[in-house]
Amino acid sequence: MLSDALKAKFDKIIARYPLKRSAIVPLLMFAQDEIGYVSDEAIEEIARRVEVRPIEVIEDIGYYSMLHRQPLGKYNIQVCTNVSCLLRGGEEILEHCSKKLGIGHKQTTPDGLFSLEEVECLGACCGAPAMQVNYDFYENLTPQKIDALIEKLRSDGAKKSP
Amino acid sequence: MSEANSKSPFAILDQPTRPDDAGRPGPYPRSPALSPRVNPQGEAVTLTIDGKSVTTAPGTVLIEAARQVGIEIPSYCYYPGLSLQGACRMCVVSIEKMGKLQTACTTIVSNGMVVHTDSDEVKNARKAMLEFLLTNHPLDCPVCDKGGECELQDAVFRYGAAETRFLETKQHEEEKKFSSLVYYDRPRCILCYRCIRVCDEGMDVNAYGIGFRGGLSVIIPNRGEHLECEECGMCIDVCPVGALTSGTYRYKTRPWEMTHVGTICNHCGDGCKTTLAIRNNQILRANNRDHSGFNGEFLCAKGRFGWDFVNSDQRLTAPRIKRNRQLESGSWEEALSTAAARLNEIIAKSGPDSVAVLGSNHTANEENYLLQRFARTILGTNNVDHHRTGDFSSLVGALTAANATDRYATMQDVFEASSILLLGSDPTHEHPLVAYQIRQAVRRHDARLYIVNRAELKLRRQASLYLKVEDEGAAVGALAGTGAASPELGTLRERLSKENDTVVVFGDALRGEQVTGLVRWGLTLPGKSRFVALGDYANSRGAADMGVLPDTLPGYAAVADAAARARFESAWGAEIPAQPGRNARAIFAGIESGEIKALLVFGSNPVRSFGVKPETLRKLEFLFVADLFPTETAEVADVVVPAASFAEKSGTVTNTCGQIQALKRTMRKAGTRSDFEILVALAAQFGANWPYRSSEDVLKEIIAQVRGYAIPLPALLVGGAVVTRPQGNPPPLERADLIFSARDSLFTSGSISRYSWALNSLDEAKKPHGTIF
Ligand code: SF4
Ligand code: SF4
Ligand code: SF4
Ligand code: FES
Ligand code: FES
Repeated sequence: MLSDALKAKFDKIIARYPLKRSAIVPLLMFAQDEIGYVSDEAIEEIARRVEVRPIEVIEDIGYYSMLHRQPLGKYNIQVCTNVSCLLRGGEEILEHCSKKLGIGHKQTTPDGLFSLEEVECLGACCGAPAMQVNYDFYENLTPQKIDALIEKLRSDGAKKSP
Repeated sequence: MSEANSKSPFAILDQPTRPDDAGRPGPYPRSPALSPRVNPQGEAVTLTIDGKSVTTAPGTVLIEAARQVGIEIPSYCYYPGLSLQGACRMCVVSIEKMGKLQTACTTIVSNGMVVHTDSDEVKNARKAMLEFLLTNHPLDCPVCDKGGECELQDAVFRYGAAETRFLETKQHEEEKKFSSLVYYDRPRCILCYRCIRVCDEGMDVNAYGIGFRGGLSVIIPNRGEHLECEECGMCIDVCPVGALTSGTYRYKTRPWEMTHVGTICNHCGDGCKTTLAIRNNQILRANNRDHSGFNGEFLCAKGRFGWDFVNSDQRLTAPRIKRNRQLESGSWEEALSTAAARLNEIIAKSGPDSVAVLGSNHTANEENYLLQRFARTILGTNNVDHHRTGDFSSLVGALTAANATDRYATMQDVFEASSILLLGSDPTHEHPLVAYQIRQAVRRHDARLYIVNRAELKLRRQASLYLKVEDEGAAVGALAGTGAASPELGTLRERLSKENDTVVVFGDALRGEQVTGLVRWGLTLPGKSRFVALGDYANSRGAADMGVLPDTLPGYAAVADAAARARFESAWGAEIPAQPGRNARAIFAGIESGEIKALLVFGSNPVRSFGVKPETLRKLEFLFVADLFPTETAEVADVVVPAASFAEKSGTVTNTCGQIQALKRTMRKAGTRSDFEILVALAAQFGANWPYRSSEDVLKEIIAQVRGYAIPLPALLVGGAVVTRPQGNPPPLERADLIFSARDSLFTSGSISRYSWALNSLDEAKKPHGTIF
């Protein structure tokens, strides 16, 4: 079930565009933020609201790699390996995360706490190597910083989830 | 839209104005698509292509202009009639004074353009494009269904791109079964988007999308791993490569091993031209290969896949004769002589009017003509009727009375119409081609569609105005000013009074007087309004035209009309009873009451269509059935003879618009005979020596004798659709319940579709009738 707040937000966003279907991507983003991924129900609902068929919404989800149809971990770790980060050890950071969490690109840990993704430039080149966890940025990374962060997230996650 | 139109040859093709936007049934049409608008009235444009001067209408795209002077520019994403895509870059040409190569499929002609389509630069560019298209292509041409008729293969043959600079391993994916009739092979797909567009713009189903992007792009169906759609197979047909393949045809043969015969689909009344491909006396595929005929490339699921009833192993192949209450195989000679003896006996005892004949909606005109001749002159009764599925008689009567027999609309008229009024029918399910023509008229010609119907229907998405009514007949009365009007009907009348040349399409909801009223009022609309009556099956119209009716002779001449009788009597050298006969309902009542003692049924299954109980038929002293299959009716017969199907005989059929087309014999089925052969042989058993050696002899007589059928024979024999314009004075409809549509779906057509593996294999066929895909 989509929350009423989300539905109200949908209405507001759709009203901003001269063509309803222009709102598909923002709607998908907000739906994903609330649910954690884009559920089939969300696809149907968005399609209905912007008056397209579900397949067109599905096309958009496929096109944009930041949209997911499967639940992600509570913390989605996105490690940049684009040029600046690559030159400053981005690949090693990715590998370190992968070893530490025991998962690869686009995979999720069995406890549902973490997922890992290799991504293109995050626009944080000045702090390379960089990564993004959900919407937070972490820069000038080293394996030690990663270890500390993952430990912290793990205990935060354990605390908050009932 | 019109404003945008006048400025630029492009128009955004969104849906037409829809006053009732709020409540229209979803799902909704896809995004607006770019399509060029050709303006044939505009000032012609002259340009030069490969040194040839070309003059063409403004708005024409270069690729079409080149085609007009016989220059073929290879193309994948371009497909005539669909919106422009500009995706494949195969059609590049060089245009003088333009820096880079241009895509011929999206470039609009302009005066003084100088175009080269075959320079080295162009050839190299195409070769390079092919190299890209082949990066992941498996090149499994030796086993690919498309091999031999593949547009990619042809282009590689022409431009040569045998060697590749890509060293990466080709991405492979297993083929996917989208449905029992549609398979998808990802590696062969060149992402031309034709399938997506034909499904969206042509079918208004929108079942496909693109998954992912870049090198990973893939065609995805609308229900996860599967398709849920109208299963028309258009996507398979337009696919330039072997990426989409047909469940009935795949891996069966090579295209060059088949013979191709153009004939007419035998399911609904729309009369689509189809090319049957035959190998070893078996049909393997149907498509409208040369896009001839008014349906262009269109065929629905029944036309494209549903021909397989012909190959069914349940076909009757030997006559069966009842001995000791059991139907047993017998010879043709025995079957026909038994029939003649029993009929003679019954006629001698109880008179000719104790015998009745039921004709078919699927058999050829010639056979229908002979059937009623047989009933009237050999049996000596007018007790002949068929399952009437649309009121053609009333349309003919009304147009004749108004001296307006030039107002029969053709299938092309529906496509080209600027205004269409649809009453009391849901063509999407019952007349797939009519629905397609209507959609194209709206999409490509900005036609306005007005609908008056009792049920919701998918075409409402294309409608400018949709009126939901309780009763279409009452609505017609109100429109024509004889019944209580409502404000909504007032709006409709008002809107139509501003249209020109409206095409009026009506279904079985309107009958008798209602049709007369509709025509009378329709003729007062501005311009040249024209009419189509919709009837269910391949030759529903022909059965009526040929007088398989108790009160009407061929060409809608009344039986009661002595002059008309005299005309046919002199042609046939035999007398026609002056009393109109029993209609179908009266025939069944007569069987029940014992007055009808013998019944001959040709290609019809009254147990199903009229709901006649087998026990009722058992009351008959003699029941003769000619059919393809052991139907419920055949099961209780005394003599059953195996009839030939549409693919196994020659003849003509008339579609619901009155356009006559030729059936061509494509194969033989051992043991069967066409209704033509059966009737001639049966007549001979009665001592009649009919002068027909082939169905063409009958056709010549029809052309000479049946009013409205004086058509040029050559036009027909070369595969054309010729308009018939019947005129006559048919008596008024006896009772309304003589006319009823069988409400077939996209996947059924009376009894014959029950024997189609393809149609019955579809999940969609199990959904309730009227499901919108
Ligand atoms: S078969 Fe289905 S997917 Fe293909 S064009 Fe027809 S409706 Fe669309
Ligand atoms: S499946 Fe065929 S028609 Fe569809 S995009 Fe691929 S190649 Fe084109
Ligand atoms: S629309 Fe009618 S005539 Fe055409 S292919 Fe379908 S069933 Fe056959
Ligand atoms: S390259 Fe990593 S943030 Fe820009
Ligand atoms: S045909 Fe012109 S770009 Fe594809």
